[in-house]
Amino acid sequence: MIEILVGSFLVFMIIGALIALETSDLLSSVISVGAVGAAMSICFLLVGAPDIAITQMVVEILSLVILIRATIRRDLTTIDGDREFFGLMATLAMIFVFLVLGFYVFPELPRFGTPSMLQSSQSPAQHYLRNGLKETGAANIVTAVILDYRGYDTLGEATVLFTSILGALAILRVYSRKKKSHDGKK
Amino acid sequence: MTEKNKTVGMSLVVQTVTRWLKGFIFLYGVYIVLYGHLSPGGGFPGGVIIASTFVLLTLSFGKERSLGKLGKLLASELDSLGALLFLLVAATGIVWGGTFFSNFIERIAPSRHFHLFSAGVIPLCNIAIGMKVGASLFMIFIILAVIRVKEINGRRKLITTEKRRTKK
Repeated sequence: MIEILVGSFLVFMIIGALIALETSDLLSSVISVGAVGAAMSICFLLVGAPDIAITQMVVEILSLVILIRATIRRDLTTIDGDREFFGLMATLAMIFVFLVLGFYVFPELPRFGTPSMLQSSQSPAQHYLRNGLKETGAANIVTAVILDYRGYDTLGEATVLFTSILGALAILRVYSRKKKSHDGKK
Repeated sequence: MTEKNKTVGMSLVVQTVTRWLKGFIFLYGVYIVLYGHLSPGGGFPGGVIIASTFVLLTLSFGKERSLGKLGKLLASELDSLGALLFLLVAATGIVWGGTFFSNFIERIAPSRHFHLFSAGVIPLCNIAIGMKVGASLFMIFIILAVIRVKEINGRRKLITTEKRRTKK
């Protein structure tokens, strides 16, 4: 049952992504990206990951607002010009290679819904599930993993976010600091 | 100038609904951050929801209103403070717990499970990440919102609509 639901949402997402790529109006493109994100969030909810579903939904909303704000107020809201021949050929070649490799690789993957981390009783996932509440005291096992067992990873992610925003602020800032002294001219 | 002041923000309907909803959205973000160790959520989504409150304020009332609530300087200070708090919690684990990111509060004084004040340092980390994410995303939105494309002498140029601060 859940495979059919997730599969239909996946088809919806693929159609939305194709529309986002092919449409010439930037605003409709952004809106179809939003539809893809909403379907993605429902997929996460269906396979039992509410934490990721919440994150996906709110980040999607915020990035959609920023994208619409960034596209609407610009002059260039439509794309003109033909698609490059080389780019199209490269895309088709990549899809072909992916299909050929996938034909050999996908049968080796575990079946859908089978937790591959449960294969051995010594795996870290088993340890987290059995002792997570006792060792960390957090009822939400996802938070226990990302902030206690794997806190170092989260620190790295926070550093990445901090650095990227620092860079964006440095590039997009309004005035350079040294030019301030020229204000007194008038 | 008067014409520009008139068109700031959105229509009366949007402004009224925003006035009613902004507190609840902010409260929901704070709830997601504070209860991150008990229910789905955590610092990152909660921080994004808190940032979206200010984004909503900016969109409906113009940026002067939201910058009045959370100034750019305060936002950048909150951003750095959140990152520093997260690092501080992690480094304190070395002193008391022996390892980086050790859950020293839970180890020293174990708490009752399923309560708000439980899980040791995890709520502290959530609050730090929530502060950091909320402030930084709001700053990004404000900075992107003031930039426009304008044609000057036949060339497209990025200009800013922010007024230059003049010395008194």
